[in-house]
Amino acid sequence: MIGGLFIYNHKGEVLISRVYRDDIGRNAVDAFRVNVIHARQQVRSPVTNIARTSFLHVKRSNIWLAAATKQNVNATMVFEFLYKMCDVMAAYFGKISEENVKNNFVLIYELLDEILDFGYPQNSETGALKTFITQQGIKSQASYLISKNQPNVVYCGTHGFLFVFLWSCFVLQHHTKEEQSQITSQVTGQIGWRREGIKYRRNELFLDVLESVNLLMSPQGQVLSAHVSGRVVMKSYLSGMPECKFGMNDKIVIDKQGKGGGSEDVAKSGKQSIAIDDCTFHQCVRLSKFDTERSISFIPPDGDYELMRYRTTKDIILPFRVIPLVREVGRTRLEVKVVIKSNFKSSLLAQKIEVRIPTPLTTSGVQLICMKGKAKYKASENAIVWKVKRMAGMKESQISAEIELLPTNDKKKWARPPISMNFEVPFAPSGLKVRYLKVFEPKLNYSDHDVIKWVRYIGRSGIYETRC
Amino acid sequence: MTDSKYFTTNKKGEIFELKAELNNEKKEKRKEAVKKVIAAMTVGKDVSSLFPDVVNCMQTDNLELKKLVYLYLMNYAKSQPDMAIMAVNSFVKDCEDPNPLIRALAVRTMGCIRVDKITEYLCEPLRKCLKDEDPYVRKTAAVCVAKLHDINAQMVEDQGFLDSLRDLIADSNPMVVANAVAALSEISESHPNSNLLDLNPQNINKLLTALNECTEWGQIFILDCLSNYNPKDEREAQSICERVTPRLSHANSAVVLSAVKVLMKFLELLPKDSDYYNTLLKKLSPPLVTLLSGEPEVQYVALRNINLIVQKRPEILKQEIKVFFVKYNDPIYVKLEKLDIMIRLASQANIAQVLAELKEYATEVDVDFVRKAVRAIGRCAIKVEQSAERCVSTLLDLIQTKVNYVVQEAIVVIRDIFRKYPNKYESIIATLCENLDSLDEPDARAAMIWIVGEYAERIDNADELLESFLEGFHDESTQVQLTLLTAIVKLFLKKPSETQELVQQVLSLATQDSDNPDLRDRGYIYWRLLSTDPVTAKEVVLSEKPLISEETDLIEPTLLDELICHIGSLASVYHKPPSAFVEGSHGVHRKHLPVQHSRSFEWAASLLLVSGPAAAMDQPHVIPSQGDLLGDLLNLDLGPPVNVPQISSMQMGAVDLLGGGLDSLVSLNTHILLLMKAKGLEISGTFSRRQGHMYMDMTFTNKALQHMTDFAVQFNKNSFGMIPTSPLPVHTPLMPSQTIEVSLPINTIGPVMKMDPLNNLQVAVKNNIDVFYFSVLIPLNIFFVEDGKMERQVFLATWKDIPNENELQYQIKECHLNADTVSGKLQGNNIFTIAKRNVEGQDMLYQSLKLTNGIWILAELRIQPGNPNYTLSLKCRAPEVSQYVYQTYDSVLKT
Repeated sequence: MIGGLFIYNHKGEVLISRVYRDDIGRNAVDAFRVNVIHARQQVRSPVTNIARTSFLHVKRSNIWLAAATKQNVNATMVFEFLYKMCDVMAAYFGKISEENVKNNFVLIYELLDEILDFGYPQNSETGALKTFITQQGIKSQASYLISKNQPNVVYCGTHGFLFVFLWSCFVLQHHTKEEQSQITSQVTGQIGWRREGIKYRRNELFLDVLESVNLLMSPQGQVLSAHVSGRVVMKSYLSGMPECKFGMNDKIVIDKQGKGGGSEDVAKSGKQSIAIDDCTFHQCVRLSKFDTERSISFIPPDGDYELMRYRTTKDIILPFRVIPLVREVGRTRLEVKVVIKSNFKSSLLAQKIEVRIPTPLTTSGVQLICMKGKAKYKASENAIVWKVKRMAGMKESQISAEIELLPTNDKKKWARPPISMNFEVPFAPSGLKVRYLKVFEPKLNYSDHDVIKWVRYIGRSGIYETRC
Repeated sequence: MTDSKYFTTNKKGEIFELKAELNNEKKEKRKEAVKKVIAAMTVGKDVSSLFPDVVNCMQTDNLELKKLVYLYLMNYAKSQPDMAIMAVNSFVKDCEDPNPLIRALAVRTMGCIRVDKITEYLCEPLRKCLKDEDPYVRKTAAVCVAKLHDINAQMVEDQGFLDSLRDLIADSNPMVVANAVAALSEISESHPNSNLLDLNPQNINKLLTALNECTEWGQIFILDCLSNYNPKDEREAQSICERVTPRLSHANSAVVLSAVKVLMKFLELLPKDSDYYNTLLKKLSPPLVTLLSGEPEVQYVALRNINLIVQKRPEILKQEIKVFFVKYNDPIYVKLEKLDIMIRLASQANIAQVLAELKEYATEVDVDFVRKAVRAIGRCAIKVEQSAERCVSTLLDLIQTKVNYVVQEAIVVIRDIFRKYPNKYESIIATLCENLDSLDEPDARAAMIWIVGEYAERIDNADELLESFLEGFHDESTQVQLTLLTAIVKLFLKKPSETQELVQQVLSLATQDSDNPDLRDRGYIYWRLLSTDPVTAKEVVLSEKPLISEETDLIEPTLLDELICHIGSLASVYHKPPSAFVEGSHGVHRKHLPVQHSRSFEWAASLLLVSGPAAAMDQPHVIPSQGDLLGDLLNLDLGPPVNVPQISSMQMGAVDLLGGGLDSLVSLNTHILLLMKAKGLEISGTFSRRQGHMYMDMTFTNKALQHMTDFAVQFNKNSFGMIPTSPLPVHTPLMPSQTIEVSLPINTIGPVMKMDPLNNLQVAVKNNIDVFYFSVLIPLNIFFVEDGKMERQVFLATWKDIPNENELQYQIKECHLNADTVSGKLQGNNIFTIAKRNVEGQDMLYQSLKLTNGIWILAELRIQPGNPNYTLSLKCRAPEVSQYVYQTYDSVLKT
């Protein structure tokens, strides 16, 4: 298991050092600094073996977190643990920076003592930890001031008005005996991610479907590869220990219901169901239940969490189509025309549209005309960048460019890298629809109807490229 | 009130000041001081002299201060063992505290104070905590047992803590179960033989129940533990798999990968034709693909593991090649790994896409990555024949870019393409020669020289080209020198008239002016060959070479199986067994895949013993270097060059070269079989193999009173299609009491019929008196052909390819030979040793042989010093012959 855990700043100075096992000595700390942090070459592997000690590291901004071991540890687990540790620290004191780590070193030691015992990761759910490691994280001066003046969480609902929520602080310095056993049973219990006795005046749920759509298209408009990777991110502010059930238009579920129910169901929703290639869930979801019934049921953590991730490859709605036209006029001129077509309901608006058209290295001058937005030739990036703030569905727009080239005797043709695109649309390109999110809390007197639920869909471009 | 200020105090007299502050009356001051001490400790300053002062602060109600003091204690108790005892009382007291958090804190810290002296004081509190009413305390105590075991194993056993730990597996709280499992797994690693974990179906069931309920980390401990279990039959394996599969949807990729490990292991036990087996295979693919959308570090670990999984079970991901296409923003380590997997998955179906990608990659910035991409194009050409032409033209395009390292890498792979497809793409040689001057790396220079030498007859100025390399001969690396020597000899043999001077020059450079033993030896061999018999020299040097194999750099199958058992761990990242990088007792216990039949279980275990550290280090080369052939010659320990002209073909085994092989012939003759005795005719005889031909050597004795004439012989149809190639060479009448010896040449082109036993041959001999029938069991070694030596890579691939059910294991008893004698004896019988390894004192011989009917048999012979019983494991596509091969081994080795 993990023998030692170190946090360094970008200079390689140790900020936190916790050794769990005898086989990791002080020299290990230096070995990592000399061989990895101070190495001239770019990092070639996140796993480094120095003098029979293995170091597994991750980097957050300019802070290095390294776990050292002499055993054959489960490497995936060590990395997952390091990520988790970053999450926990972020939940206590915000961004992981040198200043924040130094300011909170006592807290970090206390956390480490709790979440890593003899190198074995223990319960690391922030919700549970906050019940008994109650030191307030200290944020760096600047952000501390801001957070005083501004609400911690700013949320924009689907209906467009601003929602404000203030983090509720529980400071339980002196626990009663009951509280103590409640804490321990929660930390070790089956629902380690949620503590008992949470109360909200208003029960609310925020659900975001965040998707990134990836595309590689041939110049003729043929889809070479496309997939959507999506996440369902939730914020839940619910009292008690609510039982939730999440439903979406998963093809397998709908087909199954279609068989059992009537043909009406199939006609109504069968067409809109989507085939999910694979999905993974937050640990609160009962996996065996998903495996057998394909239903997603869980007791949610309090606050922010990622409920699930998924991937689809079939019947993806491609929000934009890029039609390139490149003509070489003689040896010193290129004419480029790019048309973009938005391919979604005309009532919806896409935002932050950016088209990047690569230009040859020998470009000497560019003249641009675009119908909409702003376009610029960026010599340092060898590309024309065309930005459009907003664009409605079922519209098209175009840009034409005349590119002057320096005459060269280089026989080699320009490789023509693909045209890439960025955008954001208010729907899920995979076609995923949230069908329901039911909340049951039998012990408290609120019902599913009393919970205010917010759902929004955001589709963003991943790697969205069209060859030209 | 930020804490970062503690990091900045570094003035002189600091320790003294701290000491004063630690003894301050005010609580707050003391806390401040302890924080400063911890900060100093973190930065690496020695603050151990403050030990008594810090320990004084321990008696406090303030939990935060207590934790800080504990932190200090854990760090320095070892350097101040006597002082550490001062803290014991406080721990014992805290273990009785009504607050479970404090009890747990005490028991947790206690285990971290690694001082042997105080451990005995901790036994009682620990015993209590193991039975504590609060699960939080119990789960902490479980880990504490592992800590204590690390300090004083004997004491932990004596105190019965291991039993308490085992009891915790049945605990009602899943987290307690998980920690107990983790602790037991770690402890059992240092006791490989003890059945500490006691994995029986009841316990497995408990673990599977806890699996659904515990934290993500607990799930990993349990899954890793489950993977060490060997289910007793396929039904049990299937039911465990069914309960593990839901974990594949967990958000924590370590849970997913550990579940994959369990499933990959238990798949071995499921019948391949069952529906469940196939469903399970299908279920494995999506989660593996999903791992690639995680953070880059996890992607890296996943890719290293997928590399193993693709080699073990290519069917799982063969449809998914697109997900391994490199993204522009991937970190370099992810890119390099993806590239590896792309080549493994490349096939005729996807080659066009793969090539298009590789061509893109070859224009990237990172030098290593570009080189690897170029190499990959070459490997595609070798792997997928249909794509070779396209690959070659892509490589030519890349050479045109004139980017130095791209050109050099391309030339190296083109050399290998030539070796795979000789006489196909030589038209491009001219283009290659244009780049001669820009080559500065030994690999590329050697490749170019090899090409020039190999195709010297088609290059008009080959002599000039090679001569230009000769100028700086002594500055070249050995690799280049050796290749240059060979290339010039080739050139000489092809164009003797113009190049005599050149060859003399290089031979004298290699033999007289160099002190590199390889170079000198090779130089002398050529020199003698050329001076003794240039015609033979030509046959030897320019003989046709076997083509290089397609699938390269596969991991040795036994090592691969072991690594599959370590999926997700560092071993799977390094592609080395744990024993190669873990010190001491941990991890030495070797893991192996479960095997379906209980009979062959032992065999699998022994197979895995092979892949020791030596095996891991000695990974196969990408493509056998061109020196191999000559290497073989050197190993023969040639006597005076007089014998050399006898070499007529490279195919000939060592036996003939030594003019000996006597051993083997003698050994065969000792088995003289009395074949028949009837009506005055007595025939005895034996089978032998000489110079690649088979003979039945018989002695005919006439014990009758009349002479015998008109001898003829016929064989019944037999398993190997043996027929006599000539009539029985008994031409003169056989007089009474006369004995003649005849040698009947045999070949194997006759009709085949399977006999039982397989080596049974029915013979009819006729003379003027009667027709005689007899049957004889042929020693199988006469069917072992001279070219039965497999290439290493082919051997590895074939071994892997042959299903495990075909493995059979035998014992050769009471044999007192060393490995070298054994291999010599076997080689005399055309059983060729391909590799010899010493693994933990045992000699492992890997051998191959080929029967006349083209059946290959792969063997692994394990010889333990001091143990006269050898273990022979045979693998063959036609397992029915194994038994006879074993008999041959046995008889050869015992004579």
